[in-house]
Amino acid sequence: MTLQFKPNETFRRDFTYRNSSAAILHFPFPFPEDQYMYSVNIEPHVKGGASPAYDHVFDVDEHYVAECRERAQVLAEDPKRCQVLPHMMAAQWDTLELLMENLAADYPAHFSLTKAGDLWTWINRPLGLHQSFTFGKAETLPCPPFEYITRQAQGDFTLQDQREDNLYVDGGMVTTQADWSFEFDIGMSFHEWHGPVPLAHEKGVFDRALKYLLRLQYGAPVRRLNWTMTINPRLDTSPENYPVWGPDKASVTPENVGQKVHLRVELQTLYRLPRSNAILFGIRCYLASLEEVARVPKWGKRLHRVLRDLHPDIEAYKGLPRFRQMAVDYLAPLDDGAELSKGIQSELTAL
Amino acid sequence: MIASGPIPVRIHEIEQLSPTLKRFAFAPLHGGALPTPSAGAHVLVTLRHEGRVMKNAYSLVSPPESRERYEIIVRHVAQSRGGSRFLHQSVARGDVIEIGVPGNLFPLASKARKHLLIAGGIGITPLLSYVPALKARGARFELHQLCTADEAPVFEKLLAPHAAGEDIFIHGNGRAAFDLAGILARQPLGTHVYTCGPRALMDAVITSAAALGWPAGKIHRESFGDASGGLPFKAVLAKSGIEVQVADNQTLLEALEAQGIAAPCLCRGGACGECKLEVLDGEVEHRDDFLSAAEKASQKFIMPCVSRARTAQVVLDF
Repeated sequence: MTLQFKPNETFRRDFTYRNSSAAILHFPFPFPEDQYMYSVNIEPHVKGGASPAYDHVFDVDEHYVAECRERAQVLAEDPKRCQVLPHMMAAQWDTLELLMENLAADYPAHFSLTKAGDLWTWINRPLGLHQSFTFGKAETLPCPPFEYITRQAQGDFTLQDQREDNLYVDGGMVTTQADWSFEFDIGMSFHEWHGPVPLAHEKGVFDRALKYLLRLQYGAPVRRLNWTMTINPRLDTSPENYPVWGPDKASVTPENVGQKVHLRVELQTLYRLPRSNAILFGIRCYLASLEEVARVPKWGKRLHRVLRDLHPDIEAYKGLPRFRQMAVDYLAPLDDGAELSKGIQSELTAL
Repeated sequence: MIASGPIPVRIHEIEQLSPTLKRFAFAPLHGGALPTPSAGAHVLVTLRHEGRVMKNAYSLVSPPESRERYEIIVRHVAQSRGGSRFLHQSVARGDVIEIGVPGNLFPLASKARKHLLIAGGIGITPLLSYVPALKARGARFELHQLCTADEAPVFEKLLAPHAAGEDIFIHGNGRAAFDLAGILARQPLGTHVYTCGPRALMDAVITSAAALGWPAGKIHRESFGDASGGLPFKAVLAKSGIEVQVADNQTLLEALEAQGIAAPCLCRGGACGECKLEVLDGEVEHRDDFLSAAEKASQKFIMPCVSRARTAQVVLDF
């Protein structure tokens, strides 16, 4: 498969990011039902399924080159977005191996990996990179292995060390986050970093999710979808930069809501890593404006219903109160009330 | 590495290490590389013999870098369920068998300042994959191997490639001569202890360490995990009248799916709650993390992805 990259797209200032028709159908719409509530919505990360975003281990799309450039800009402004604690060196190499092997296998036209014993050669054609290095020897790469490979991937990644029947977020590359601070969370345990989430603690969601993840098996990754909403197609909505993007919420009007308000979906994947026994958590962010989402009739109707009936605590936690009603009013005329099929599939083959 | 299903391997080499110990090397049947193993990992080896299917767990003794070959060491035990006898007597070089993707319930602790390794007999096997990994990380460690006097040379030979300049000790004079409490007492703060071997030895290590004030999180014992199978049973689906036989090595969910029944499911690990079914009759052995203690006690629900019937038959409202 050859992708047509859009290297000049931007995720700041003039916001030229848009989704092609193919990219809209590729979007992992997150609502299988007309209502939304927290649950342990984890399933095996096997290829194929309800969304084309599941067709590859690590999904690469038309925004790849532009997202890697955006990541480099964020890191230049704030290097602490990528940190790995010293005891996670084995996990750094595990991550590099997992990403390189799967990108090369899934997208042979764009990436290749050849090995002669410990001497590896990596070619990344979209970014024009050609790197020979010795696996296990960090000094043979231009930067540490985790940073090296996650600069070449879409979405954020964190590394969880498993000890004392808990998970600790002891490393990460976080530049496309939905209002959480990696610098603040690094070193925290599972319940600590999930502390701010409303309702779910009481439902026991995190107790069950942690037990499940402690048993996560090598070779059998799992995934879930999470969502929020973002004004403008901005990837870096970090607390550190709140003064930059917070005021955007006041810019939404009934006239521009369809273009300004984006459904932000995270395809979250979890992999047990072999050498370190750590867990790699991928948080792959997808953005689509309400206008783009509504091009798939089922999705437009369902999004209307979910937003209309959303629990007020979840609305507040996700930062939606300023514009939720405008989004509902925009989508309402598109919703004829017809019964919709269960599941997230678009039910379209082309747009 | 994303794997699905068992991996066919060819027996590449068999080496007799002692009258009761054999080392087996497996190579991938179709070439290429095996999944990256981890230090302390085990594989489930599927053995088919005279119409029986056995799945035995063995620690990998090959280092994590080795993706062309996996190695295990198997002791032929007199009261074998059949697995070790089959491997020792019926498996030959060139034979093809199936193994699972490596699992690891005995991993190295990433934050340990020192690793104290204590094994008894064939319990040395996971530590044989630890030692090269620890040396590669530049980690500090101390290894004690307990064994019978006549087997001491066998273990000396196995450890010899790693032994130069390291704190590796072989104790061939029995448990009585082994100062377990003394060794535990003189470790620096931040040491983690790992033990593998006969249950009595592992219990002694855990009890002695706990008595000396070692934190529980710094004491590790080998485990292959709970068996996923159990006794076979029959599930009766009340709404359709269909009867489903659940085999000993199969989950209820898998048995339903094998019959072409679209049963609800999501995580397949007893956490999400999606597959919950109502029980009308029969007793459930709960293995999930979803149902509350009260729900479990009520015996009104079952999570088919992990839980089984304790009775020969269970009737489901499905």
